[in-house]
Amino acid sequence: MIQVFANPHRFMAFSKAVQPWLYALATVMIAYSLWQAFYVVAPEQVQGDSARILFIHVPAAWLSMSTYVGLFVCSFIWFIWRHELADTAAKSLAPIGAAYTAICLATGSIWGKPTWGTWWQWDDTRMVSVLVLFFLYLGYMALRAAMDTRQKAARAGAILAMVGLVNVPIIKFSVDIWASLHQSASVIRMDGPSMDASYLVPLLIGALGHTLLMVALALTAMRTDVMTRRANALVLRQAVG
Amino acid sequence: MTASPILSAFRQALGEAWAGGAGALLPVGFFAGAAMLVPFGIGHEDAQLRAIGPGILWVALALSSLVTMERLFQADLEDGALDLWLQTDAPLSAIAAGKTLAHWLAAGLPLALITPVLGLMLQVPPEDVLPASAAYALGGLAFFFWGGVGAALTATVRRGGLLIALIALPLYVPTAIFGALALQSTASGLPPEALYLAASTLFALAVAPFAMAAALRLAAD
Repeated sequence: MIQVFANPHRFMAFSKAVQPWLYALATVMIAYSLWQAFYVVAPEQVQGDSARILFIHVPAAWLSMSTYVGLFVCSFIWFIWRHELADTAAKSLAPIGAAYTAICLATGSIWGKPTWGTWWQWDDTRMVSVLVLFFLYLGYMALRAAMDTRQKAARAGAILAMVGLVNVPIIKFSVDIWASLHQSASVIRMDGPSMDASYLVPLLIGALGHTLLMVALALTAMRTDVMTRRANALVLRQAVG
Repeated sequence: MTASPILSAFRQALGEAWAGGAGALLPVGFFAGAAMLVPFGIGHEDAQLRAIGPGILWVALALSSLVTMERLFQADLEDGALDLWLQTDAPLSAIAAGKTLAHWLAAGLPLALITPVLGLMLQVPPEDVLPASAAYALGGLAFFFWGGVGAALTATVRRGGLLIALIALPLYVPTAIFGALALQSTASGLPPEALYLAASTLFALAVAPFAMAAALRLAAD
């Protein structure tokens, strides 16, 4: 699997063919889930219409975490096997993951205002953990940007992504313990024991659609990166003569 | 070769800290100054200060640990010490750990030693200040090792100080949480959170040296 995609030529051919389909599928699925969210599903019993933001918030939360895992996997592959495309993928995934993390925080905040009566709730462990995750993304991107060569950016980024991932469970654990001591009982939990199928199905389709969108965006960013490198190599070759 | 490179890196870091005049005292000054700014910011009510005092010292400690971090490995890169380390048989992770430990002794332990004074000024009960300073020393060690990872990663970056802060601060979260929790009930013996604090410091000691070594190999290329 890795060996097949490690070849940039094969990757460019494959991604060129797959990309439009991914965008089309993602658009249809996201549009379906948003249409369900805004026009079809009944208002939630307790939270009313504000629960509709869940159809953006939950996919964003899922992608903020899974993209970081993807970043780690790509960094790991690059660190062990030095496949250039793995680094290209890691570089491309970081801003997408950071954007989904920001969307997750913003929509969570907007949902929290009418539901909890506050924009920010420090005793909700998920909000705090996602905030720390956001800073991990920022540190990763800032470190890459500060390095003067591509090779150094790749190595430093890979080390930081691996250090970050081994710390994620401990950060999550510590935040859970910290918040459990201050927990207020009045908070209404979104994830009740049962969720109605009329909510669950569009939600899952939306999450899948955003996942495909993330992959499509990453492929576009990777293709851009590969082409930029080729263009630079071409310029260098012409300059040399 | 007379001394092992691990030991000489350790000694060199201690020497560097005291060589440049008040080098090792600067973080102490920053730490005390940051802590003293707090009552001006939030008011002087005793109960309020007592409630937030230990937490303020954790935040000030985290920031103070970053003040001197930028130069931790930069000098070794510039004067060629790093290249010599790479040629020795000693593992680079052990050398980096020795150097960071010495840096903590010179710039981190003094911070823990003045926390009783600062704690008393922030209305922390007198019987709590000594156990608290042990917790600050332990947590500070974790701060220095995660900060050392940031310092190693940014060794080639000019003016990398702020970058170290952005990289290291998320990694400080567990230590800050366990540290603050450990201080909430020092009067009634060792709380379980103190063990969490010790565990998170041990984790930093176990993981950070290898990340530092990988980052220093990159800096030397």
